[in-house]
Amino acid sequence: MNNYWWKVLAVLLLLYSIVMGLLGPVPALPIVNETIRNVYFHVPMWFTMFTLYTISVVYSIKYLSSANPRHDFVAVESVNVGIVFCIFGLLTGMLWANFTWGAPWPNDPKLNGSAIGTLMYLAYLVLRNALEEEQKRARISAIYNIFAFPIMIVLMYILPKTTDSLHPGAGGNSGFGEFDLDGSMKAVLYPGAIGWILIGVWVMTLRFRTRKMEYKNDTATP
Amino acid sequence: MKKTILFLLLVINGLMCSFAQTSTGVEMATGLRSSGKIYVVVAVLVLLFVGMTVYLFTIDRKLSRLEKQQDQ
Repeated sequence: MNNYWWKVLAVLLLLYSIVMGLLGPVPALPIVNETIRNVYFHVPMWFTMFTLYTISVVYSIKYLSSANPRHDFVAVESVNVGIVFCIFGLLTGMLWANFTWGAPWPNDPKLNGSAIGTLMYLAYLVLRNALEEEQKRARISAIYNIFAFPIMIVLMYILPKTTDSLHPGAGGNSGFGEFDLDGSMKAVLYPGAIGWILIGVWVMTLRFRTRKMEYKNDTATP
Repeated sequence: MKKTILFLLLVINGLMCSFAQTSTGVEMATGLRSSGKIYVVVAVLVLLFVGMTVYLFTIDRKLSRLEKQQDQ
């Protein structure tokens, strides 16, 4: 019943990204120096968060049309795991910023945008806990989730591009792709990103299965 | 199986490292690399990561067992 192949694939991809991420060739740039290798580990956190939030919003829409509690469980567990990856992304980013920009949190639109985005998803979890009745909770939080998702995209990925930002890839600052002339960084970043996304989805399914069992237990008892 | 794949990755890696960057005046950790000590760091990270995933697999197995129990 369980297919383990993609879990093994995730492990192999990440082993590759750890080994190559530390040993592979990287462009020599001033200020960042060897810390450019953080790209292989900091950026996939955000890819994983984004994938999990996307899964969540898809299952929220599914819930609204099906009213199947399982869809609601996938939606909430995706946000739960997505927030963990988001916090990892924020912390690794702060650590990196401290050594390259001189401060862990300069008031940068990209950073502030992602902080507000995180708070929005924390509010989703608070909203869920505030509602007692099961169906009402699932329906209202699904609608909230559908509104939160596009706002998160605007705050994290669109608004920072329209103004000046220190963050690579945002306005006024090029991404690392420009320096990666022979594509050797992409050859490590993308397999690693896929690996982290698979790990994120894996942890989400573990949480989902636990929640489903709890639900069965609660409904089975007379 | 896993060991051979790991070994292959290390071989590929060694090949890639032989095309290491030429000096551009920007300070990179070439000393750490030339003394070979970076491999110790790589080994530690690989060990930690493999340990964590083995742990994840055991949780996965346990959940599957519980699910089967519940369905009975």
